[in-house]
Amino acid sequence: MNEQEVPQDENSIYRGQKRAVYATGQDGEYGVVASSGWDVEEEATQQAVAELERLADEAYEACVSGQASPLEFHMYDNRLDILSLSQATGLFQWRIKRHFRPEVFAKLSEKMLERYSDVMGISNDVLKTVPKRES
Amino acid sequence: MSTANKTFIHKHAGHCESGVMSTMLTHHGLSLSEPMAFGLSSALNFAYLPFVKLAGMPLIAYRSIPKAIIKGLQKNIGVKMKIETFSNQQKGQERLDVLLEEGKIVGAQTSVFWLPYLPEEMRFHFNGHNLLVYGKEETSYKISDPVFEHVVEASEQEFLKARFAKGVMAPKGAIYYPTYVPTTIDYENVVPKAVKTVAKRMLNTPVPIAGLKGMHYLAKAIRKLESKDRRYARLFLGHIVRMQEEIGTGGAGFRYIYASFLQESGHILNNEVLLESAEMMTAVGDSWRELALMIAKSIRSKKSESVDFEALAQKLESIADEEAVVYKKLLTAF
Repeated sequence: MNEQEVPQDENSIYRGQKRAVYATGQDGEYGVVASSGWDVEEEATQQAVAELERLADEAYEACVSGQASPLEFHMYDNRLDILSLSQATGLFQWRIKRHFRPEVFAKLSEKMLERYSDVMGISNDVLKTVPKRES
Repeated sequence: MSTANKTFIHKHAGHCESGVMSTMLTHHGLSLSEPMAFGLSSALNFAYLPFVKLAGMPLIAYRSIPKAIIKGLQKNIGVKMKIETFSNQQKGQERLDVLLEEGKIVGAQTSVFWLPYLPEEMRFHFNGHNLLVYGKEETSYKISDPVFEHVVEASEQEFLKARFAKGVMAPKGAIYYPTYVPTTIDYENVVPKAVKTVAKRMLNTPVPIAGLKGMHYLAKAIRKLESKDRRYARLFLGHIVRMQEEIGTGGAGFRYIYASFLQESGHILNNEVLLESAEMMTAVGDSWRELALMIAKSIRSKKSESVDFEALAQKLESIADEEAVVYKKLLTAF
């Protein structure tokens, strides 16, 4: 890739930041060129973000209709899945899945809730409910 | 408290770990470009680990495991690093503050998710992000994050969270700094050794998950996507692009940064084969970008259109063959 080929697609995710990529100049010598982003990369990132939002939305609906506890929504909302939540909290996956059941979640101690809220960076109060959304 | 290393110069880099080591060693008097830090630590690699999941996706890596650059430089150029980890967060913070007051610049392993200056879409739970701390003002750390153009800041609270994030590869507050930095590098000996390590690894890794065999294995996995859920198939393909570009690789999965290393080494050693290999490696990087473009088109395609998995798999296989030629040539360079 030469300097002219370095994409400058103004990736909206970068928020005006630039990324250092390596490219060759006119003399064929390598150097760092600041890139404002590449559409191809942005699409891949947006795709991954959209997937997490889709999962969070599903979990949100399940919570509102009483089929799931708010835990599942907050998990996806904070970029986690069952595997990474299990690794971060040290809880077995089957236990977390059990805590997705509203009646089980309702009985969890503050201490147990804290294990979740701590790795998500939210308070127990936030964890216990889902944010109001306009329908 | 207000400390800031007056002589520190921030440098924008393609990748976090090589950027930190380049900036840190240069600060300590050993001028070392980022591509040199990457190349001399033999960090180039490829791995496809379907059984290791990251956010529901298999691990795909274009470089060696985290810390390989720090370790590789210690082994190959004789730098000595002190790495400290902590079981107690308070002690971890106090120790960092003491080092900063001594005027040191300190490397730190952090989780991307907790760094406040990162755009939200890029915050995911990855615990292997490296950065440099060069000072503290009141309760705010002055940070030189190599993949950012300018210096940034994080509050005590935020930075503590990032240093002590839990989960896979938990950083445990890891901070590091050099205890010995050589004044010169014996390029005549180190470059051949570092280059051969990479070439042999890519060509000969016996397990099918790493090196060129890893690429062929991934190509097979792409073919199998045909029979998988279409949403999963597209996410899988997008994941390849993210690992190649989004995580900060200097472009095309570290292939350009490595080409730059080959070029710089070729000039230093006056080695024509290295210079030619650098051009070939640039072409390899371009091919990886073509693959990413093909993937983006197939992700974008309408629901009714089917994705040509066979074409993607063949492209990946052709890249593996293209890389093989470069590594074979590199083995004849010395």
